Amino acid sequence: MNQLIAGQELTAENFKINRQLLIAYADASGDQNPIHQDEAFAKSVGLPDVIAHGMLTMALAGKYLSAIAGSEKVISFSAKFIKPVVVPADTDVNLTISGKVVEIVEGQAKIELTAIYNEIKVLGMAKGVIRL
Amino acid sequence: MLNPDLVGRTFTSADSVSVTQESITKFANVIGEPNTLVAPPTFAISITLDQSQKLLQESGLDWTRVVHGDQRFEISRPIVAGEVFICSSTIESARNVAGNEIVSVRSDLHSGAQLVVSTWSTLVVRA
Repeated sequence: MNQLIAGQELTAENFKINRQLLIAYADASGDQNPIHQDEAFAKSVGLPDVIAHGMLTMALAGKYLSAIAGSEKVISFSAKFIKPVVVPADTDVNLTISGKVVEIVEGQAKIELTAIYNEIKVLGMAKGVIRL
Repeated sequence: MLNPDLVGRTFTSADSVSVTQESITKFANVIGEPNTLVAPPTFAISITLDQSQKLLQESGLDWTRVVHGDQRFEISRPIVAGEVFICSSTIESARNVAGNEIVSVRSDLHSGAQLVVSTWSTLVVRA
């Protein structure tokens, strides 16, 4: 890993989200809420279509964070779910995660994360702390 | 509406949860994480979600109307396969804003006496 510097912009990574991934995440996480799998149900509760689990978006941001120094180095991670990621049938939705090193203090780097889909910011105040 | 007497109380699961290599690998594969020697940073949710869901349902909230507001993890060390956790959850606050109930739940995962991961979830129960 290259040395991180405060203020550094990290290379963005694209993640593909589709219905298959939502089913796989539901299975892996145990979150079987039908709004993430069943289009008719999602629409019946006023959603435009099936939406991704907020925690899936956060898990993908966590994978991005892990790639910086290793998943065993992540000691703090938080985010607000400000907008849903809508996932229509037979469609790959692109989620772009990028990061910026905010500060490095006492061997820990604070990383600010941005998650964008369809030009919409879906995570708010997303940040992680990694041990260097 | 959540019973205000429940705020501040801690509920500890009677059953412990064993983390299998299969569960870590499955979670890692979904997000494209190549390292399966330790659990990914948000893996703990697969243990704590079930607990907070049960707790809120027993508290009388309608889980089908729950929207996730925010989430935080504090990880003292990574979770590895073979560990056995006891999960305890505390409703830290509950307030009503424009008919929506906003509930904050903290869940702690202990391995023996060691606190390994704490999670904080803000859940919004839509009116």
